[in-house]
Amino acid sequence: MHIVVCIKHTPDSEAKMSVDESGEVSWGDSPLILNPWDEYAVEEALLLRDEHGGNVTAISLGPEGALEGLKQAVAMGCDQAVRVWDGFCEGSDTLSTSRVLARAIEKLGKVDLVLVGRSAIDADTWQTGPSVARRLGFASLMYVIKIAELDADQGTIVVERLLEQGREVVSARLPAVIGTTKGINEPRYTSFMGIRKASRMQYPCWSTDDIGVAAEEAGAAGAAVHWPRIFAPPPRGGTAEIVEGTTAEETARHLVAKLLAEKVI
Amino acid sequence: MSHSDVVVWVEQFQGRPASGSWEAIGVARRLADQMGGDVTACLLGGNGSRGLASKAMHQGADRVCLAEDEQLREFRVEPYVRFLSDAIRDADPGVVLISATLRGRELGPALAAELETGCVADCTALAIDDGLLTATRPVYAGKLLAECVVPEHRPQIFTTRIRAFAALEAEPDRDGPVHLMQSALSESDIKSQVVDFKPIEGGVGLADAAIVVAGGRGVGGPEGFRPLRDLADVLGAAVGASRAIVDAGWMPYEYQVGQTGKTVSPDLYIACGISGAIQHQVGMRTSKVIVALNRGAEAPVFKLAHYGIVGDLFDIVPALTEVLRERVP
Repeated sequence: MHIVVCIKHTPDSEAKMSVDESGEVSWGDSPLILNPWDEYAVEEALLLRDEHGGNVTAISLGPEGALEGLKQAVAMGCDQAVRVWDGFCEGSDTLSTSRVLARAIEKLGKVDLVLVGRSAIDADTWQTGPSVARRLGFASLMYVIKIAELDADQGTIVVERLLEQGREVVSARLPAVIGTTKGINEPRYTSFMGIRKASRMQYPCWSTDDIGVAAEEAGAAGAAVHWPRIFAPPPRGGTAEIVEGTTAEETARHLVAKLLAEKVI
Repeated sequence: MSHSDVVVWVEQFQGRPASGSWEAIGVARRLADQMGGDVTACLLGGNGSRGLASKAMHQGADRVCLAEDEQLREFRVEPYVRFLSDAIRDADPGVVLISATLRGRELGPALAAELETGCVADCTALAIDDGLLTATRPVYAGKLLAECVVPEHRPQIFTTRIRAFAALEAEPDRDGPVHLMQSALSESDIKSQVVDFKPIEGGVGLADAAIVVAGGRGVGGPEGFRPLRDLADVLGAAVGASRAIVDAGWMPYEYQVGQTGKTVSPDLYIACGISGAIQHQVGMRTSKVIVALNRGAEAPVFKLAHYGIVGDLFDIVPALTEVLRERVP
């Protein structure tokens, strides 16, 4: 089995985000990390490899900073890692990203499964998995909380998708793109040996030319969505109005009166 | 049809419409009226879906494209994209709206890749500004907001955040034509098959609930959720949980609200024994009214909440339930 896992590097979830007057987004001195949702995808890829054999390739579209995510994926246990980037990739939206990632995955040769995280905590579009699946012509199975069966010889998979109303059990023919969600596994910590392996690994970087994507199809030139303005939302009031009473019942009555006045009950 | 027209996907599950789809039709109606165009609702489902077509009209659609086919009974990306992309190429609208349900957020980008166009996800506001549709959406877990536009590609696809827009009042006299469409895929061309469904047991779905009662570490254990469930029952509310609760195994992941769980924006969010870490706030900060019940007056949740009660939730929550129960005839 050849399993590909698509990853992204993001600012830490605790990072304090700000925007300056020119619209440049900054996360202070907070580190870049492997997108937390992608940890589930990497872990699941490793578990599947260990059970069914084969190897796992981590792939990431991004500038130098993307190496941080790839290193963590390799430290967790991925067998190889590829970065995709050149100046033409700058300013990508999900449309141009999906073109570049799909072509890069095709360049990897035979692929049985592509794993992605549910979403990335920065732009939070949730679009990479479904759009790459469509371009590759693979089955699209997002929100997967359990891989119930995988038959590599028959090329079939059965998964449980966590949807609003419950768990949908879906069988599909491989190759497929699986979007993992929290709950599917418990991502491992990186070991000292893993970190050492990651620091010695070679990380090839493919250009748009290497994967056969025309410059005008990639990055800002190939994007449909523009982001003219990013801004901080107006701050919320600041402090709650404290509701009190001499007894729990009186406090409850006071609160209910407030909620009735707000027309929310 | 023209680029002033709007197409909306109406989602159904087991014959029941997603409330977010009516919200999307409401947005579509407003935009189409401003642009001088029409609203077409696309409804896909198994046999017996036709009844929803008139509901879509009551909610503001001018016409409905209906595909009734057993192949479409369950949502699957491949046949749904095929049908919708055919309908959209035919109608050539300027805008496609999809409610940002889980299925909607999977369908939107697949459709965008098929049509080589842009999809703006999870919009909380949509307005026409200088002739260009401008979407506002939260990024970096709602710490920042972004304005997005699709200057050239048509149609432009937007998914609308659940409960960020109000559905229109249903007009039972509104009617319009229903166009029947045939699905064009053979089953052997579809790579996936839905083989079973295991519903979430008990209660109201979190995503579209008007009221959410959520518990955190302060509930003390799995048994501590009982008074919260009683309060939720009286209010017709959904129950939610913080990450600490889910990681401790007191509640299943399905109930988690926050960055690695669900994002909700109910009218009323009652946070019980939740300190309010930033990762939790991400999932509920857009709630209209937030009430915090917490023992520690210093908890960050009191900075976000509109109303706070400092005290023992095991006293306050049952008292609230009793007071509210008196009001129910």
